[in-house]
Amino acid sequence: MTKDDKAINRRNFLRDGLWGGCLAALGLVAGASARKNRKNDMVWQIDPYKCIACDICATYCVLEDSAVKCIQQYDICGYCDFCPGYFELGASVLDAGAENELCPTGAIKRTFIEDPYYEYDIDESLCIGCAKCVKGCAVFGNGSLFLQVRHDRCLNCNECSIAVACPAGAFKRVPADKPYLLKKVGHI
Amino acid sequence: MRSFRNILIGMAISLILSGVTSGLERFPPPDFVETDHVLPSPTSPGPRQDVYEYIDVVVLLAALGLASYLVLKKRSRRAIFALMVFSLLYFGFWRKGCICPIGSIQNIVFSIFDPGYAVPIVVVAFFLLPLIFTLFFGRTFCAAVCPLGAIQDIVLVWPVSVPGWLESALRLLAYIYLAVAVLLAATGSAFVICRYDPFVSIFRLSGSLNILILGGCLLLIGVFVGRPYCRFLCPYGVILRQMSRLSKWRVTITPDECIQCRLCEDSCPFGAIRKPSAQWPAQEYHVAKERLAFLLLLLPVLVFLGGWAGSGLKGVTSRANETVRLARQIYMEEAGKTEEITEASTAFRATGQEIKELYEQASNIRARFKLGGWILGGFIGLVIGLKLIGLSVWRQRTDYEADRASCLACGRCYNYCPREHLRLKKAKEVADKC
Repeated sequence: MTKDDKAINRRNFLRDGLWGGCLAALGLVAGASARKNRKNDMVWQIDPYKCIACDICATYCVLEDSAVKCIQQYDICGYCDFCPGYFELGASVLDAGAENELCPTGAIKRTFIEDPYYEYDIDESLCIGCAKCVKGCAVFGNGSLFLQVRHDRCLNCNECSIAVACPAGAFKRVPADKPYLLKKVGHI
Repeated sequence: MRSFRNILIGMAISLILSGVTSGLERFPPPDFVETDHVLPSPTSPGPRQDVYEYIDVVVLLAALGLASYLVLKKRSRRAIFALMVFSLLYFGFWRKGCICPIGSIQNIVFSIFDPGYAVPIVVVAFFLLPLIFTLFFGRTFCAAVCPLGAIQDIVLVWPVSVPGWLESALRLLAYIYLAVAVLLAATGSAFVICRYDPFVSIFRLSGSLNILILGGCLLLIGVFVGRPYCRFLCPYGVILRQMSRLSKWRVTITPDECIQCRLCEDSCPFGAIRKPSAQWPAQEYHVAKERLAFLLLLLPVLVFLGGWAGSGLKGVTSRANETVRLARQIYMEEAGKTEEITEASTAFRATGQEIKELYEQASNIRARFKLGGWILGGFIGLVIGLKLIGLSVWRQRTDYEADRASCLACGRCYNYCPREHLRLKKAKEVADKC
């Protein structure tokens, strides 16, 4: 470990000047960032109004099991007997038979509440984020089923792989204290 | 089945009437008069704890301090290697390689150009700390803290030397990579450094096949060519190089004085050891002087040509931007130049946004790419010009020295120096006496 020559000459003077300049530049970057720094970090989220329910979320996440899951916003759900997010379009009988269900992993649970209403819950451990139910619910139903990034799973990559591939530009960064973009409730 | 079909038709009609994006529900949610069913609300698990991120900063700070101590004071390759393995396990496999200082360049740039994005304080720390340490101690970050460097350093088994001209030429890639990454981050188009981070999928043990192949290839090359990513691609390395030139303390091969024994000559797998060079040969002096004058005049020309080429490429570079791509696709569809309709254009049309508005946005972004192209190209021209000038300047050296910019402070050369062995022997004697 040697300390450089302390003699004052042009070369050392220039070097010290540049050194100080670099340090000042770094300070400037720090200052500029700190001034703007809101307290919150940013996390990725899907804008449900932009999402077109393609199946990219299921496959493009860097996690084996995608961090994007379908969620059910109950206050929008119509509790329909024939749920277009739950049943195949040509379902012969309205029961939980696998041939009638839309969900490829059977992640939606259908429970009878009162005539003629049924509640639909998502089992997130089974959901793969393929958005088949989202599409059904958006086209024929209330759109209460939609995709969201689940932050207990999301690694919050600096560049989200799904955001890169998303054709609808539905991914955006949101403040971490409000990490979900739920739909607005239309009825009173 | 008939009733079912009727329902469907009814639904389709209501769909057409209501439009997709009206806030009203098609089927009014029930009131549950018979049972007192309470509507559940969707769970909303919060983001993963920040605490870990602050611990990361502390670990980074500690690792940088320890690395600097080990490289400059302790001079122990073994200890540096141990710290490097720790960093690989901690920052790489445990923290999954994100956030890293290399990628943080983009966050910093993006936050400067986008008023809506505030860069997290942890990311600022990751960007600044290694640079500040480099200004004082040289590239000790590369030596033992960077997980990307560590994974390449571990696989380096049969180092072969890369000829100087090839090394310089390949290094240009890193400058181009940095310039492109800054341009794309500044225009809010992409974070390419993260997208093409070759080792992150290895750290995560998952990821896209292409990136896994890229990482595998780099590691395979890295068995023979020491740290190919660090030397020829790393955009953060470019900044570190320049700051390391100015560092207050630096790596020296010998602990005290060079006895010109030449033992260390081939010890560096990264080609960072410079041989002693005598006076400038008299017969070459005048030729070189003229060449230098010519190159100094050439420099502005190179900068201009680079800038001109860079802005001319805006059609290509701007295609990295989503909005520009979309506008292009819509334009092709409108003009009937393409039959194919993409999901993106369908999604755009569904939003009901004006096409004109989109074109305007896209042309604004293209204008930014044009300006950015001038700066990017000019920068690359400047780099090439300065490199040529650097090659034409004779530097007198009396000893074997580690090149301040290229030295990754790995400490491999220490053991080759007989003076180092003497120092260690003396240190041991002193320790035995006590």
